[in-house]
Amino acid sequence: MNNQNQDFKNIPGWGMDIDPDNEPTYPIKNYTGDDHKRSNYEKAEQQPINIELLKSNERPRPSVVFGTSAPPSGLSGAIRRYAFKHSEDRYRHWIPLILADRINAWEGIIDDFKKGSFPDIVKERGWKSEFRYNPVNMIGKAAITLAVGGLVIKYLCKRK
Amino acid sequence: MLAMNYRGPYRVRTVERPMPEILHPEDAIVRVTRTCICGSDLHLYHGMVPDTRVGSTFGHEFTGVVEEVGPLVTNVKVGDHVLVPFNIACGKCNFCKQGLYGNCHESNTMATAVGGIFGYSHTAGGFDGGQAEYVRVPYANVGPTVIPPDMDPDDAVLLTDVVPTGYQAAEMGGIKEGDTVVVFGAGPIGIMAARCAWFFGPSRVIIIDHVDYRLEFAKNYAKCEAYNFKSMDDPVVFLKKTTDWYGADVCIDCVGCEAEGNALQTFTGKLTLMQAGAATALQWAINSVKKGGIVSVVGVYGPPFNYVPIGNILNKGITLRANQASVKRLLPRLIDHVQSGRLNPKGLITHRVPLEEISEAYRIFSSKLDECIKTVLIPSTKS
Repeated sequence: MNNQNQDFKNIPGWGMDIDPDNEPTYPIKNYTGDDHKRSNYEKAEQQPINIELLKSNERPRPSVVFGTSAPPSGLSGAIRRYAFKHSEDRYRHWIPLILADRINAWEGIIDDFKKGSFPDIVKERGWKSEFRYNPVNMIGKAAITLAVGGLVIKYLCKRK
Repeated sequence: MLAMNYRGPYRVRTVERPMPEILHPEDAIVRVTRTCICGSDLHLYHGMVPDTRVGSTFGHEFTGVVEEVGPLVTNVKVGDHVLVPFNIACGKCNFCKQGLYGNCHESNTMATAVGGIFGYSHTAGGFDGGQAEYVRVPYANVGPTVIPPDMDPDDAVLLTDVVPTGYQAAEMGGIKEGDTVVVFGAGPIGIMAARCAWFFGPSRVIIIDHVDYRLEFAKNYAKCEAYNFKSMDDPVVFLKKTTDWYGADVCIDCVGCEAEGNALQTFTGKLTLMQAGAATALQWAINSVKKGGIVSVVGVYGPPFNYVPIGNILNKGITLRANQASVKRLLPRLIDHVQSGRLNPKGLITHRVPLEEISEAYRIFSSKLDECIKTVLIPSTKS
């Protein structure tokens, strides 16, 4: 059955409750009445794409502007490239990105070594402030970490 | 220039980085005068937001002086002292034209759900943020707003996110005269939401948190009732009881994905990342609101999915409203509130830290040390 030619405005009651004040997103959205023109707007010119840019596959073209802070690189970059082949609806998009983030942190440490510097983890983690304002908690955590670490090492030595 | 640099979960430092450049004719370069650490930055700092790449600079709340403009920038000029909304918005797409600047369609290539945000991972566009001496500001004709000459710069920097987000949280609640409003989370946004809720005429505003010093601050700043959920058997039952067993008219989630208070949520959301963080606050909000009530969400939840009691949304006929704040839309009204003295944003600021000490600042805010509510970072090039 083809009812494509039916004028939906003839449906009894059509439009009688249209009222911007009843729009669920009002006043968060300033109702303009031209939602149907969603693609018809003047876009700025495209920012030149001169880096590797990963793009959501839920949009046909890159956005007009984009950030260039950290292009994909290394193993984490390869995983990110895989992730961006899949839509934001999929675990296979998000889980690889989380995995890539963890690998990327190790790549950062390796990169520091390559540049001849040793990352100052104590400073980067702000432990000075933790010790200053929360010494009991910090000492407790350190003691538990040392104890667990010691037990693991002892167990491993015993196995050998 | 000096800039914050993310190195992995719980690790940040300041490094020398190249000066930002004009990459698009509508860009501006802004010399940062003040920038803040936001509660949302902590989700990045804790490694909860996917595609947060090592080497990124965070920071979506900042003010600064315009140093350079692209050839098509006409709305601001070199030398203007501007506050920069955290949304990057083109001003021309269908969403921007409707005032939904937080949903711009032209500022984020990497995802379609969220628009571009300064310094908020590649999921939000991969833009460097304002925790630096200089920052590139795209669409400089749209976002940057000249700070009124009589406005305190500390008030101005909080108008870039905290005040609009708190205000919009209350606005989305559709609060009516005489309503009871419950705000979950007594961080800066929750406190501001509780304060702004009064603008809509409720009879009660209640704030719930687990940190006593934050509750005490909220009680004084937002003139609201404040309760510690750790002293309750069950916060949902408590809230039902205090609202004649009906539930609150409006519940506002200002917590997001790192909530305390539920062992199962903590295990699945924070420890094993089986869902997008612990959705405890959202769960409590849905279960504490009255039938037919409204739940407003500004707490940040990342992908992939949540164990949200979606069935209860149906059964209770709840209206769930959520969005990133559309800062630009709200600025005229909020500037008026600040200038008339009805709002005092800078009252939230408890810590002022040089940009060089950023790792300590993140730790203090993240661990809730030294009674920290809100930290402002000051780059050495501010003058």
